[in-house]
Amino acid sequence: MSQTSVSVPRCPPLLAVPLRAVPLAPLSASLTAFSRRIATSHPGLYRRLGDYANTPFVIDPTDLPLVILLHPGNGKPTITLTRRPVEGAARIAGPLAALLGLVHGGFDGDALFFSRDLVIEGDTSASLALRNAIDDAELDLSEELLNLTGPLAAPVHRALLLLERRTGLYLTRPEEAAW
Amino acid sequence: MVMEIVCPAGTPAALRAAVKAGAHTIYCGFADETNARNFPGLNFDRVEMRDSVAFAHQHGSKVLVAINTFPRAGDEAIWHRAVADAESCGADAVILADAGLLDYAARHHPNLRRHLSVQAAAANADMVNFYAETFGVKRVVLPRVLSVPEIAAINAETEVETEVFVFGGLCVMAEGRCSLSSYATGRSPNMNGVCSPASHVEYHDHNGVLDAQLGGYTIHRAQKGDAAPYPTLCKGCFSAGEKTDHLFEDPVSLNAEQLIPQLQKAGVTALKIEGRQRSRSYVTQVVRNFREAVDALEDGRPMPQGMLARLSEGQAMTTGAYKKTWR
Repeated sequence: MSQTSVSVPRCPPLLAVPLRAVPLAPLSASLTAFSRRIATSHPGLYRRLGDYANTPFVIDPTDLPLVILLHPGNGKPTITLTRRPVEGAARIAGPLAALLGLVHGGFDGDALFFSRDLVIEGDTSASLALRNAIDDAELDLSEELLNLTGPLAAPVHRALLLLERRTGLYLTRPEEAAW
Repeated sequence: MVMEIVCPAGTPAALRAAVKAGAHTIYCGFADETNARNFPGLNFDRVEMRDSVAFAHQHGSKVLVAINTFPRAGDEAIWHRAVADAESCGADAVILADAGLLDYAARHHPNLRRHLSVQAAAANADMVNFYAETFGVKRVVLPRVLSVPEIAAINAETEVETEVFVFGGLCVMAEGRCSLSSYATGRSPNMNGVCSPASHVEYHDHNGVLDAQLGGYTIHRAQKGDAAPYPTLCKGCFSAGEKTDHLFEDPVSLNAEQLIPQLQKAGVTALKIEGRQRSRSYVTQVVRNFREAVDALEDGRPMPQGMLARLSEGQAMTTGAYKKTWR
């Protein structure tokens, strides 16, 4: 028998600390608009959510001073950021790097669970459905963001790649090179 | 001949990842109770299956469709339809466990290759040969309770191809006959395709101490910093008298990577990776690792040392029954 552990980076304070003061309402509105674009471009994600396409999820990046309430809304999602405790049918908690790694397919959800980097509470079925739906969607949040930046796409892309290298956060989908 | 890597895929994206990572063959299932990984958000609808089979074939990989639960009396048509749809989607074989369904497939879909699922628990040569002679089974997935010499003994007495698990979640029971999940939840891998169904699992984190409950029973408590297992009764930790311990098996995953040369000598055709419930990331890493291993073996190079422990349940690995080191 052999043992080892997963190494998940923590969000640098330089990124996390300013979020203590940032007004959350406009940020929530922006993320809601962003998530609706993704919902439109990835309808399969909602098909896979099935019975849980209207289930509220609490996403808790444990190294950030806020919590995300995601309401999938049957394909018309709403994202609310809050600094107060919030209720949802299921809670998924872990460092921002783990959550972004799950979204981009850089980390395996079960491995993060085994290593205790990820905690799920509440409706386990809903959490599984969300994880599996997102994994199948092959999301790349940077690519979605770059679609909004027009002529600034190239410099924004370079900045995101630099940020990814410096922080260890999965901000893009890893390449799957052919065998 | 290179040993065949048989890789899991719970979603079309995972199947594509497996193909790109070098899997010779991928196994998957329809999104219903006909397969033994019937979890929320997983599996393939008919269109996804057809498209995924086409993708795999374009890249030189095969697809096996697992229809490996036991049909419920009165509802056999659901399983019959799955066999017919697997054939029309272009699957290279179906993986079946139930004798009645094997008989149905042999009579109604004679050109569809039939593999025997691990769920049938065929653990000796007589049983393997019975399935081959009676239902035309071409390959048997052997249960994870056999040692390497026992596998060699089976292969010495049969012409049927054998496939063995080399990595992933370790079922320590006689598969297809385990009732632990059913006892606690009323649902089982055998009939419903779910061992420890997520709908009956709850986790509670108390300041870093993680309790896992199945069907209302607390079956494991992980202290702060300890690795967590899957919420299955066979890996549960129980107190009896003054002793608290894992009753059946520690929470570990199988990793028989270093036994591949011995398995080849034992006459094994294919190496199976468990984990249709796992992600694209898992599929990519594990397939690459095992593809490198079998290619090294074929080329006469030393076996690479893998780095797969972090993907393992409880972050710990065992060679399971292959070396018979269990207590």
